[in-house]
Amino acid sequence: MMTVRLKVNGVAHEGRCEPRKLLVDFIREDLGLTGTHVGCEHGICGACTIMVNGESARSCIMLAVQADGAELMTVEGLMQDGKLHPLQEAFREHHGLQCGFCTPGMLMTALDFLRTNPSPSDGEIREGISAVLCRCTGYQGIVNAVRAAAATLRGGR
Amino acid sequence: MSETRWIGKAVKRVEDARLLTGRGTYIDDHPPLANIWHAAIVRSPHAHARILGYDTAAALMMEGVGGVITGADVARHTKPFSVGVTAPVHYYCAATDRVRFVGEPVAVVVARNRYLAEDAAEVVQVRYDPLPVVLDPERALESDAPVLHEAVGSNLAGHRRLVYGDPDRAFREADVVLDERFSFPKYGSTPIETYGVIAKWDPLDGLCTVWSNFMGPFIMHPLTARVLGLPENKLRFIVPPDIGGSFGIKSSIYPYIALIALAAMRTGVPVKWIEDRREHLLASSSGTDRVAYREVAAKKDGTILGMRFRWLDNVGGYIRSPEPGCSFRPTGNFVGPYRFQHLEVDASVVMTNKSLTGPNRGYACGHLYFETEGIMDRLADRLGLDPVEIRRRNLVQPDQFPYRTPTGGLYDSGDYPAALDRALELARYDELRREQAKARAAGRYFGIGLALAVDPSVSNMGYVATALDPQFRAKPEYLPKSGAVDSATIKIDPLGRVIAILSTTPQGQGHQTVVSQIVADELGLVPQEVTVVDEMDTFTRVWSISSGTYSSRFGSVGTSAVALAARKLKAKLVEYAAHLMDLPAESLEFRDGAVRPRGGKGPAYSVKDLAGRAHWNTESLPEGMEPALQATAVFGFTVAKAVDAQDRVNSSNTYGFIAEVMAVEVDPDTAAIKILRYVTVHDAGTIINPMIAEGQIYGGALHGLGGALYEELQYDDDGQLLTGTFMDYLVPTASEAPTIDIAHIVSPSPLTPLGSKGLGESSSMTAPAVIANAVSDALAPLGIKINDLPMTPTKLWTIIERARSRERSSDATSRAANIERAETGDRSRVASGAAHESGDRSRLAPISGHPRNKPA
Amino acid sequence: MKPPKFEYHAPRTVDEALALLGRYGGDAKVLAGGQSLMPLLNFRLARPAALVDLNRIPSLAFIEESGGGVRLGAMTRQRTIEFSPVIAQRVPLLKEATRWVGHLPIRTRGTVGGSIAHADPSAEYPAVLTALEGEVVARGAKGERVIKAADLFQTYLTTNLTPDEILTEVRLPAMAAGTGYALEEFARRHGDFAIIGIAAVVVRDGQRCKTARLATAGAGPVPVRLRAAEEILERDGLGEAAIDAAARKATELVDPDSDIHGSADYRRHLTGVLTKRALVRAMGVARG
Repeated sequence: MMTVRLKVNGVAHEGRCEPRKLLVDFIREDLGLTGTHVGCEHGICGACTIMVNGESARSCIMLAVQADGAELMTVEGLMQDGKLHPLQEAFREHHGLQCGFCTPGMLMTALDFLRTNPSPSDGEIREGISAVLCRCTGYQGIVNAVRAAAATLRGGR
Repeated sequence: MSETRWIGKAVKRVEDARLLTGRGTYIDDHPPLANIWHAAIVRSPHAHARILGYDTAAALMMEGVGGVITGADVARHTKPFSVGVTAPVHYYCAATDRVRFVGEPVAVVVARNRYLAEDAAEVVQVRYDPLPVVLDPERALESDAPVLHEAVGSNLAGHRRLVYGDPDRAFREADVVLDERFSFPKYGSTPIETYGVIAKWDPLDGLCTVWSNFMGPFIMHPLTARVLGLPENKLRFIVPPDIGGSFGIKSSIYPYIALIALAAMRTGVPVKWIEDRREHLLASSSGTDRVAYREVAAKKDGTILGMRFRWLDNVGGYIRSPEPGCSFRPTGNFVGPYRFQHLEVDASVVMTNKSLTGPNRGYACGHLYFETEGIMDRLADRLGLDPVEIRRRNLVQPDQFPYRTPTGGLYDSGDYPAALDRALELARYDELRREQAKARAAGRYFGIGLALAVDPSVSNMGYVATALDPQFRAKPEYLPKSGAVDSATIKIDPLGRVIAILSTTPQGQGHQTVVSQIVADELGLVPQEVTVVDEMDTFTRVWSISSGTYSSRFGSVGTSAVALAARKLKAKLVEYAAHLMDLPAESLEFRDGAVRPRGGKGPAYSVKDLAGRAHWNTESLPEGMEPALQATAVFGFTVAKAVDAQDRVNSSNTYGFIAEVMAVEVDPDTAAIKILRYVTVHDAGTIINPMIAEGQIYGGALHGLGGALYEELQYDDDGQLLTGTFMDYLVPTASEAPTIDIAHIVSPSPLTPLGSKGLGESSSMTAPAVIANAVSDALAPLGIKINDLPMTPTKLWTIIERARSRERSSDATSRAANIERAETGDRSRVASGAAHESGDRSRLAPISGHPRNKPA
Repeated sequence: MKPPKFEYHAPRTVDEALALLGRYGGDAKVLAGGQSLMPLLNFRLARPAALVDLNRIPSLAFIEESGGGVRLGAMTRQRTIEFSPVIAQRVPLLKEATRWVGHLPIRTRGTVGGSIAHADPSAEYPAVLTALEGEVVARGAKGERVIKAADLFQTYLTTNLTPDEILTEVRLPAMAAGTGYALEEFARRHGDFAIIGIAAVVVRDGQRCKTARLATAGAGPVPVRLRAAEEILERDGLGEAAIDAAARKATELVDPDSDIHGSADYRRHLTGVLTKRALVRAMGVARG
């Protein structure tokens, strides 16, 4: 068993686990943050995407022990001061989710994408979010939402 | 009908706040119990083998292991599931004597956590004696094919020949007869949330409680109770508030409910099993792969006289209920939107060593319309008619509704020509044809496809009996089946607040939002004032045997139950107010959230006021009125009747319509297909929330395109799954998804209180047809017709290359003639008699079995 | 799909890492970005006794210009390469190829050394390394050695690195200003491994072609350098006929396998189609 100390959404946590424990399982089971979902456990579907030290990463193909000392952000940390993040607002406004299962990964990916590409074309949005599989929406609502959120974020908050 | 301030509006979803902030509650999120144990399932590595024995000793010695259940326990302590055919197929929740597909459960390990359970599952020893494998449904029916079920004696699980009208005469009298072979691939909609089951056994009470992301209960609850040897009131199904997508796939979770329940019963601890992605691809559920032979008989003017369907549906190693819905679920709409009266259907349901099948979005209709719309285009081609014209000449006309199909369907409402016109207008069809002529003249492969479909919603469970012979159904001991029922309860609390309680199991369709809109309109509220509860629990909800969220039920039957419950409650409020005012109830009306005198003069009682009085002072109620303000409505369609002696059945209850146009360009050098335009027009009656409705259409279309282009459960000759990871089973991403233009036509259903119909299957049924037709049209100058899906780049390139090399070797004069025809828009093709190339399926060996991922 | 048990080490230096590899005698695996190894562990298709995680060795992450080339530490993330001005200026082909590598949240973890050491023949970086005639540096107990791209790749997922060696550095020659380049790829979905990818580099002198470099992804068990096709261009220039001839030649130089995503014939054909497209695009970029 190894000790893992990390910060998630600004809160310090400590836990002990086997070296083989996947980061997503640690977040969900040991920290009780079930907003991050498991969809494929081989790094393709993207449902488990979180922010690791400010960059998006698949938490199903990282070990919890690798996150020792890291700062993570999960979907639970996106809302600030009781207000939805512009991305969350836009997903609601543009029907960017149906079942909601891929949504946490989609939001985290879009967040990182817009950080480095604040004025994307629709094609670039599609390429950016192609990292996450959604089976409900046909992606149209998501593309619309990311486009709208980009405009809001560019406009300052 | 009340005022519709909210119905028809794109009200934002109440579900979204929790789902966007990570506070949804899916099956894997919150163990409902303390001290939960975790299961890993041992699965067959063989496609077909006899089980010789088990050795679980090493697994039982492993760290943290609480018990191991094998097929021997399954055989001893459970019964096989009832199946939808008379053939003696013994389908247990895990293999008992023989395995019949790779991935079939053979044992379950229960341990303290999933890691330890998987460790132990690896050391469970199962001894096998491999048997020969058969995968192709046509091969499986040959006399020397390996037989999967000895008791059945062949691999034919069921066969029906259904005759409607006089098809032989139609074919005798036809000017033109065409036949084509089609094949449709095996794919599943792979929701991103996999299956999950949690089971608890209370031995002293004899009570089994199961939590799962199941779409039922429908008929599977009684089936499962019987398998476990429990009375139905000792088996409790609970569905968590959130389900991560289903698209039909999660209706087939019930064998795992039985298996995990058995594990909990045998080990004495609560057990949780979350399916992983490999398990999901290996052994959850998919649609059937089908080989279909179609014949059409028509007059010279394009009037269709009749058709013959012959198909083989491959249901895999066992026939699992509700199969053979793959063949019979569309019985009432076999003829689609066309008027022809004579039809013969020869349906064989075949078992092979592939994984099991069941409902997948559009259940059987993707197959049906791919074939029908394909042969419509071939017929147009043969007769020199535009594909629009051949369809127009055969459509059911607006004045024919309600329209009784020759197969027993009752199309409730519609205006098919108007919807087709709208689609053509939106697509600028004539302009597209001109663009095509130019593109062809420039040697480019530009194509336009059409697909029309009747969109059946709310299956009448009576259709299942179409699989049985009329003689069998005529026996006195046979119990006829029919029905399509849903319920809702609406309560008003003492402060006038409203709660609606459903018996549905939404998987992303936004039931809470839609119900809040309906109740708000009925009771003069705003949607935010209505709380909607939809966590299905078979012990506390009002439900019947057809209840559940499947076959686009909610938009039609579920919303009807809600509207009726609200109206019942409203009537009670009026009656109560009349009593308080000492006025006749007929002189009052419910308007703007209050009971008022008709005409507006005089005092009014608000809902809040009435609720307070009714709850706090039952003495104030009129004599004979039940206390408490609540109403439950159970809505059932009276048009849902059992199949008749002539095999006619109204297999669904409401029927919408879809008209689609797609333009594509094919790059002959890479075989890449580019979708240039995709227009879809839907008629689903009254649309309650257009935002949600369009979400269903976008999603459905991409499921259909996934099946047409990317997704296929492929096997090697030994029955090993070649597409067992998301690296190889290709789910379309945002980069592959086209933009789609959507429009609606509204023909309200006369059968539902709100005029609404279901729409969840949507374009999943038409997308395979429309893109196959568009690609066929693009490649028409090469004489290529797409009769075989999916259109993978290799397959498409291979047939293009063959056609081009034939063209290169043919003489230059005929080539010139070909181009000239294209330029003049003459659609009768020189190559119309050419052999269609798409029947051959390149069988390719995998390079390796390992999953390939992006490099690290 | 949970990994089997293993021991885990996160050394701070390459020497420590090498010592650990030595201690496990071939039973340990090096963990770089983990975007290929972790799925293999989750599927239990890899069962190392231990993982030696390079993610905490700061000295392995760098991009430096040196002499006529660029040196990249093995643990340099693909996402860093994507945004590196040095790479954009000196090795723009690598930047272009990076866009094709997986998806954004894969590239934040995936590394240049990991991608090359994993040696998937359909991957983009091995094709770029081959086209540019780059080298890698490997360190082992016995010291350091430099391996040329042509010698590195043995067959599917196999390099000539020994189990006790660590790939520490990737060296790419700088592309002279005005060099034409392109990476053309055909995959069934965005972000997938190539069915076929072609990396092309041309140095022009008017219509003459001073140097042509062509390498494949997905056309066989290792990246294939299309030398005979390059020679056609270097001899006949960059006219349409020469490009067509080079593309035809390219199809003769590869011997791809079939898999579920593409048949051998289709891959061979695509090799020609994409060679032509890559050359045409590279020409457009080239000056001189």
